[in-house]
Amino acid sequence: MIYDVDLETLPREDLEALQLSRLKSLVGRVHANVGFYRQKFDEMGVKPSDIRSLSDLKLLPFTEKQDLRNHYPFGLFAVPKENVVRIHASSGTTGKSTVVGYTHRDVRNWARLMARCFVASGASALDIIHNAYGYGLFTGGLGAHYGAEELGAIIVPVSGGGTKRQVMLLKDFGPTVICSTPSYALVLHEAALEAGVRIKDLPLRIGIFGAEPWTEEMRRDIEEKMGITAIDIYGLSEIMGPGVGIECCVAQKGLHIMEDHFLVEIIDPDTLEVLPPGEVGELVITTLTKEAQPLIRYRTRDITKLDITPCRCGRTFARVHRMMGRSDDMLIIRGVNVFPSQIESILLETEGVAPHYLLVVKREGNLDTLEVQVEVDEKLFSDEIKNLQRTELKIVKNIKDYLGVTAQVKLVEPRSIQRSEGKAKRILDLRKQA
Amino acid sequence: MKVEQISIFLENRAGRLEEVTRILAETGVSIRALSLADTSDFGILRLIVSDHEKAKKALKEHGFTVGRTSVVAVEVDDRPGGLNAILQVLSAGGVNVEYMYAFVQQSSKTAIIVFRFDKTDQAIELLGQKGIRVIPGDVLYNL
Repeated sequence: MIYDVDLETLPREDLEALQLSRLKSLVGRVHANVGFYRQKFDEMGVKPSDIRSLSDLKLLPFTEKQDLRNHYPFGLFAVPKENVVRIHASSGTTGKSTVVGYTHRDVRNWARLMARCFVASGASALDIIHNAYGYGLFTGGLGAHYGAEELGAIIVPVSGGGTKRQVMLLKDFGPTVICSTPSYALVLHEAALEAGVRIKDLPLRIGIFGAEPWTEEMRRDIEEKMGITAIDIYGLSEIMGPGVGIECCVAQKGLHIMEDHFLVEIIDPDTLEVLPPGEVGELVITTLTKEAQPLIRYRTRDITKLDITPCRCGRTFARVHRMMGRSDDMLIIRGVNVFPSQIESILLETEGVAPHYLLVVKREGNLDTLEVQVEVDEKLFSDEIKNLQRTELKIVKNIKDYLGVTAQVKLVEPRSIQRSEGKAKRILDLRKQA
Repeated sequence: MKVEQISIFLENRAGRLEEVTRILAETGVSIRALSLADTSDFGILRLIVSDHEKAKKALKEHGFTVGRTSVVAVEVDDRPGGLNAILQVLSAGGVNVEYMYAFVQQSSKTAIIVFRFDKTDQAIELLGQKGIRVIPGDVLYNL
């Protein structure tokens, strides 16, 4: 099923015409109303009238997270404050939080886009949606909430935490859809088992998972354990929140970007050149319809690739590959780009367990070295040295085969790699300290 | 006729071995036999102890990765050719030794060799046929 059939299946040509007219209007608005952009345009010698085709996008400046911080809190608003109806802000894990404002129309558009996402995931107005994304300044909770109401489904606004209670609600209310981070879904699964509840036996059939990077292997693990279809959703607070893109349940292969509202580019994070479809680089998004706080060529730091081939589901919107990592997490080892998520996939494939691991990068002489520390659990352990060495060699070989990088693998004791409450720390780059 | 052996994964760091023996001491478990196999990065400590269930539980609680394996303990005459006689039997029977370690009992004319075979049951049968004494776990744990 498709929620906005007319828009989501627009022929490419018509879609691009719509994008161009929206882009022109956007450039005019930010030039007229946002001092930051007017100054940037002037510095680069760009006038709104220079934008005549979508390829002229490359004439425009990039916007970075730091620009939002520099104008904290409301400096990038393109409308008077009385037209703003809501504020969200990022968690600020890497610095001062970034603030985003929404007009009434922005909130409505967002709800509509989230409703599209629910339908793309296989949900409908008949579903009960258990929303375990956090409510508050974080965009996940309210984003999914308004989308579910727009769709006409029943929303259960559980928010995050209180795991035992969540298990009880899953059992008592019988929701058919759950929204959470993928790792929290696994926490719920564990907690349910402890409480003697098999999620597999409940009516739950769809999981919409986002807000953290995860792998294909983790998807299979969740689907198998919980007996649901696990759908990847993408969004970021700077752009809107959840609903910028989502996988369709038909193909489950890449996230359809809501291209009538967002223009996407993939760039080389080093040279800033725009890359053709299929090449891996940083996702850059221009908000075409945002009123309160539109952004031009926002550098998401998320690494992915673009797929413009037609999808089986009928949507014409381009797809991006599930996020492969962050450009700030990207390691360049002897000229090869390596992301922690790629190593994680290889480890999961090699041993079939979700391991704790740490990438240690050093420079010896002029050569970079990569050491992959892997914790040995009981599944991996053997009382015979040769078996453990075989495991090490297998991981080394797979890393070499898949990534073209020669790594050293070091088996370490359980719990010797530091645990983190929030985002896991996967990299120790000792080159930076040299 | 098998003997339960526990094995522990150890990083090559100062103090790790001491921690294992301390935990066993605090748990009141005696070590009957041991062997440490090592590489440059890690080691595997193999132990036969008075109570392997208790030892395993205590070590796991302290975060160690612990495995359990069935091994075979064989009594060998403490004289030239004693070990060779046993290995001949196994070799002829096509059984491979994965690893082994030995200890000599106090005031005794025999040594005990602990074997990890690729085919444990077959090895026990072969040894039995030749009248070679295989020491049961219960006896070894309580030596």
